Amino acid sequence: MSDKIKNIDPYGVVEPPLVEGDHTFTTITEKISSITETPPPKGWWLAFLFSLSLLGVLQISLAYLIYEGVGIWGLNNPVGWGWAIVNFVFWVGIGHAGTLISAVLFLFRQKWRTAINRFAEAMTIFAVICALIFPGVHIGRVWVAYYMFPIPNSMLMWPNFRSPLLWDVFAVGTYFTVSLLFWYVGLIPDFATLRDRAKSKVKKVVFGILSLGWRSSNRHWQNYEQAYLMLAGLSTPLVLSVHSIVSTDFAISLLPGWHTTIFPPYFVAGAIFSGFAMVITLAIPVRWIYGLESIITMGHLDKMAKIMLVTGSMVGYAYAMEFFIAWYSNNTYESFAFVNRAFGPYAWAYWIMISCNVIVPQLFWSKKLRSSIPVLFIASIFANIGMWFERFVITVTSLSRDYLPANWDYYSPTIWDASLFLGSFGLFFTLFLLFLRFMPIIAIAEVKSVMPEADPHHGEEH
Amino acid sequence: MAPKQIYGMIAKFNTPHDILHAAESTRKNGYVDFDCHTPFPVHGLDDAMGLKRSIVGFIVGVGCIVGASVGLTLQWWSSTIAYPIVISGKPLFSWQAFMIITFVLMVLGGAFSALLGMFHLNKLPTFHHPLFNSESFKKATDDTFFISIEFKDPKFDLEDTKNFLLSIGGENIEVIEE
Repeated sequence: MSDKIKNIDPYGVVEPPLVEGDHTFTTITEKISSITETPPPKGWWLAFLFSLSLLGVLQISLAYLIYEGVGIWGLNNPVGWGWAIVNFVFWVGIGHAGTLISAVLFLFRQKWRTAINRFAEAMTIFAVICALIFPGVHIGRVWVAYYMFPIPNSMLMWPNFRSPLLWDVFAVGTYFTVSLLFWYVGLIPDFATLRDRAKSKVKKVVFGILSLGWRSSNRHWQNYEQAYLMLAGLSTPLVLSVHSIVSTDFAISLLPGWHTTIFPPYFVAGAIFSGFAMVITLAIPVRWIYGLESIITMGHLDKMAKIMLVTGSMVGYAYAMEFFIAWYSNNTYESFAFVNRAFGPYAWAYWIMISCNVIVPQLFWSKKLRSSIPVLFIASIFANIGMWFERFVITVTSLSRDYLPANWDYYSPTIWDASLFLGSFGLFFTLFLLFLRFMPIIAIAEVKSVMPEADPHHGEEH
Repeated sequence: MAPKQIYGMIAKFNTPHDILHAAESTRKNGYVDFDCHTPFPVHGLDDAMGLKRSIVGFIVGVGCIVGASVGLTLQWWSSTIAYPIVISGKPLFSWQAFMIITFVLMVLGGAFSALLGMFHLNKLPTFHHPLFNSESFKKATDDTFFISIEFKDPKFDLEDTKNFLLSIGGENIEVIEE
C-alpha cells in the first residue's frame, strides 16, 4: 500500500472539472434557461398528471379526516402516535440534505454543490411543507391549531415553553422560513437572467418583480455574497438543531427505546442519509430528461453516494450502540424494548430498516457500483424506504409494548393512513414539477462562478 | 418634451480577466462613481474597485441579538408573569429549557436581517433603472461584463470618458439616458 501512495505525485493530482464538456458562460445560461422557456417534455406531463391525481388523494383524505376526526386512523391505546408522526419525521428528514448542500458544503468551500444546490433547496422547502401537514392535522381539531403559537388570546393562556413539542413548532417553522429566504436570495440573480431573456410581457413582469431590479452590480454582489455567507452560517447550526429538536420529542419522554441521549446525533445522521438519497432519486431522472449530464456529472453522483455511505454507516453504528447501551444499562425495560424491536411482532419492519439503511449503502464502497446509474437509483429508493421504516420502528414498537404487558397492543394502519402518506407524495411531486417547469433548476450564476474561465487569472502563467 | 438627462456611459468587456484590470485602471484614473456589472461575482473585483468590506455582517449580528432577546423575553414573561403555572415541578423560569427557542429565534432574527440588510444596502427593489434602457446591457446577466461610469462623477466627460474606456479595452461604448 505504501508504495502505491508514494508513487502518487500530490502536485500532479488534478481534480476533474465540475462542469464537463465545452460549456461557456453563454451555453450555461442557454441550457438552463431554455428549460423554462420551451414546452415541457412529454415525460413531464405524464409525471405531472400522476402527481396531481395523488394530490387529489391527499385532498380527499384531508377532507374526510377533518370531517370525521383522527378516529379514521389506526391509532389505539397505547399507540397514540402512528403514521402521522412517522411521516412528519420522514419528510423533515428529507429536507435536511438540501440545507446541508446549500449551507454546510458552502462553508466548507465544496464547489461541486453549485450544480445540485438549487433543486436540493427546492426539495427541502417542499418536503418541509409536506411535513408540516401532519402535525397540523394530527392534533384532531385543526381549527384550534393556533393554540400551538404564542398568540395573546381571550383565555389568557400561553403555551408551555418547556415542552419539546413546542420547540418543534418553533424549530420547524424557523427552518422553513430560513430555507425559503436562503433559496430566494440564491434565486435573485437567476431570476434576473430569465427576466433579461424573457420574450412575453407576463414573464418580463413576473421575473422583473421577482428579481427586484437586480443589475449584476459588483457593489451589490459584495453585500449579496456576505448576506449569502451569513445565511449559510446561520443555517448550518439550524439544520443540525432541527432534527435534534425533533428527536427530543421522543428522547425527553420516559418511554424505553425513546429515552436515550444518542437520539439527536443519530436523527441528524439519518436525516442527512435520507435527504441525500432523495436528492439522488430526483437528480437521476432530472438530469436524464433535461440532458443535464454535463452539469450534474457522474462526479456529483459519486460524491453524494459517498455521503450516503458515511451517513448510512453512522446510522448503522447508532443502531448497534442502542443495543449495546440497552444491555450495558442493565435496565430490564430498556433491554426488552430493543430485543422486542428485533425479534418481537415488528421484527419484519426492523429488518427492512437494517437491510435498507445499513446493508444497502455498503454497496457504495465499490467505485464501479457508485458509477452505475441503475444501482444508484435503486439504492437511493431503498434508503428512502428504510428511513421511513426507521421512524416507524422507533415510534410504534416502543409505544405498542411499554412497561406493563396488560397495556400492550398491536398497531396496524388503516387505508386512510396510507392514503394520507401517498397523497403527501402527490403534493411533493406536484410542487417539484412546477418548480422544474417555471424556475431555474440549477443555480446559473453559481455554476458560472466555478468554471475555470471564471477565474480572472485563468490562462495566465504563474 | 424636456431634453433627456444622461445617466452615464457603459463599456463592454468579454472576460473576468479584462473586467478586473479595467476596474483597476478606472479606479486609478480617479473615477469614483463607477460600477462593474458581472453575471457572477468575480474574485478580486472588490479590491480592484477599492470597495470597503460589506457591513451586512454587523447588521446580522444586531438581528441575532434582537431575535434572541425577543425569544428569551417572550418565554420569561409568559411563564413567570402572564401565566405562571408549575409544570413537572420545574421552576417558572426554566432557562435551560428556554435556550432552544431562544437559539431558534436568534437564527430567525439573523436570517431576516441578512436579507433585509442586503436589500437596504443595495437599495433593492429598484424596478426602474436607467441601465435597463440599454438593450445590450441585458447580457450582463448572461456572459458579458460591463463597466458603468455615472454622469455625476466629477471626472465624467463625454469625450474623455469615452476615450478612456476605449483605452482600457472597452467595446461598444454606449451613452445611457435617464
